[in-house]
Amino acid sequence: MMFFLDDQQREFARSLNSLLAASGPPGVIRAWASGDHATGRTLWARLADAGVFALAVPQEHGGLGPLPVELTVAFTELGRHAVPGPVVETVAAAALLDRLGDGAAAATWLPGIAEGRTIASLCLLSADSPYALDADAADAVLVVDGDTVRLAVRAGPVQSSMDPARRMSRPSGGQVLARGPAVTTAAAHAADVAALATAAQSLGLGRTLLAHTVTYAKQRSQFGVAIGSFQALKHRLADALIGLEFAEPLVHAAALALAQDDPASGRDVAAAKLAACEAAWNAARTGLQIHGALGYTEELDLSLWIRKARALRSAWGSPTTCRARVLT
Amino acid sequence: MDLHFTAAEEAFRAEARAWLTAHVPRIPLPSLETAEGFAAHREWERMLSADRWSVVSWPEEYGGRGASLLEWLIFEEEYYSANAPGRVGQNGISLLAPSLFEHGTDEQRARILPPTARGDVIWAQAWSEPESGSDLASLRSTATRTDGGWLLSGQKTWASRAAFADRAFGLFRSHPGADRPHHGLTYLMFSLRAPGVSVRPIRRIDGKPAFAELFLDSVFVPDEDVLGEPGQGWRIAMSTAGNERGLTLRSPGRFSAAADRLTALWREQADPADTAVRDRVADAMIGARAYRLFTYAAASRIAAGGTLGPESSMNKIFWSELDIALHETALDILGPYGELAHEAVEAPEYGSWAEGYTFSLAGPIYAGTNEIQRDIIAERLLGLPKGRR
Repeated sequence: MMFFLDDQQREFARSLNSLLAASGPPGVIRAWASGDHATGRTLWARLADAGVFALAVPQEHGGLGPLPVELTVAFTELGRHAVPGPVVETVAAAALLDRLGDGAAAATWLPGIAEGRTIASLCLLSADSPYALDADAADAVLVVDGDTVRLAVRAGPVQSSMDPARRMSRPSGGQVLARGPAVTTAAAHAADVAALATAAQSLGLGRTLLAHTVTYAKQRSQFGVAIGSFQALKHRLADALIGLEFAEPLVHAAALALAQDDPASGRDVAAAKLAACEAAWNAARTGLQIHGALGYTEELDLSLWIRKARALRSAWGSPTTCRARVLT
Repeated sequence: MDLHFTAAEEAFRAEARAWLTAHVPRIPLPSLETAEGFAAHREWERMLSADRWSVVSWPEEYGGRGASLLEWLIFEEEYYSANAPGRVGQNGISLLAPSLFEHGTDEQRARILPPTARGDVIWAQAWSEPESGSDLASLRSTATRTDGGWLLSGQKTWASRAAFADRAFGLFRSHPGADRPHHGLTYLMFSLRAPGVSVRPIRRIDGKPAFAELFLDSVFVPDEDVLGEPGQGWRIAMSTAGNERGLTLRSPGRFSAAADRLTALWREQADPADTAVRDRVADAMIGARAYRLFTYAAASRIAAGGTLGPESSMNKIFWSELDIALHETALDILGPYGELAHEAVEAPEYGSWAEGYTFSLAGPIYAGTNEIQRDIIAERLLGLPKGRR
């Protein structure tokens, strides 16, 4: 047993982290939120060059995957920098297309996803969401309804989210790409990939929320001392760290289960999704509280992380859904 | 990255399971915090030891199997899923022995470890004092130099197992002029039956004498029972807290087994429409799984040459809170039967949920309260400034 990331995986994380830090995420996020996708698409292309989307695409279609463990490594870094756009939906769409058993659809879309030319969004009506994320920015919007998958042609008006970088809309119309039991199976797998990527992304969000809040607690002085010397704050921050530290191995183990097509992988993914999203949300609440009124402002960049953590908690498997699944 | 066990590890698991299936008593032993139960648990330790299952991770020469940390985790998983008795020898096995391995002499290891492994010597711990709990380094019991050894005087308290144990280990102030409180302490081992020792059992919240006060009046301890260098006791007591002891105080097997039993109880007895209870059962399952995986990660890092640091503080908070939540959930599912005490004839599952619940309540308090652990995490892992406690 070697249940930790190897040198190569850690190096991959480090290089993505530097790439993302250099891209100035808050500016990209705010532009994306206003409907200006230019800087987001530039960043998307860089991520593709680094191999992020290829991790979800099989080699026969120009990818490197599927490599769920590396995918969680990458998505933790995307979360650390709150990268906007349908990153989760694109890798989940790739997982769907890969498993449809429809060679033509796979050959049409997967190489573009791997190379970063194609931004995809995905709406699984079976997952109780009528919305596709960032359909206005996507080159392909896939909609699964029961045993049918369609390539949507229209999207309704954008419904703004509490995470301003998440732009939701109802997709409609379009041609049927595939129909039959393979679609249902592929959609369930895609939902697992989406939940796993969301969990990893949440871990990263939580890490940043905690790190910035710890820094602030060391700098901010009241009553003549750093507020981080007060036990009430220390204990909240310690709890935030515990949540993240114990969620991380659940995320890695769920990735291993998916990599091996373990029949119990759905339960493992649900446990990871719940723990990671709860931990991120706890880090967000702690961050908000410790930043005081400053944390409650739109101007503070960290507010983008706080709001995303809340949105991801419900995306691709609510806490209730995840808990029910753990006991199936 | 992988979560695989080798064929040898799987064989070890199968061997442990077979032995436990054949030997674990069908009806749980009486509580180890009673005279009768203590004796029964000591016999159980002897039975474990006879087939070399009492201290699997120790070298063979001391009664172990030289098992790796991962094999130890496997053994513990099997141990608790077999519903085997609590370990009355735990203080000696997982608190004292790691210090002996790291700081003791060959003579001490040869003399002390085998009877500890056999259950012939059961150890109590003697850290806390009436005025020194969380602030342990302020302790005042003294060790005074005398011909061929030390004379111990003072008062220790919350000495777990001391009501029925044979020997105890603890820290004593040997160099009163030292510059800082945690300097000048010496780690000593002594007999609870030595002249000058009085043991006054303390009843824990359910009335059982789970710990005791120790009154020490010029108790002679020979030099051979000093662990490590005199004056270095604090460092010795703390050094093993960071590595294996941090990992082995409460093994994940215990919580995985309890979460499995809770899930079985929920499936058999809970109202499926009660989603509030279902969510708590799911949280117990997720928590137990997280703790198990977190420990696998730590164990494989150690096996690869890494070390553990203050992470053990996170462990302790996590399992102690999980343990309480898990038992609370079981008691709620049991409804009117949940409150039936361990001894009640009609208590479900021989009162194991009630006994486990009482035991769990102490978790956030002993071995450094969870508040102290949170301070350690905040200061040593997050780098926050020290402040008033």
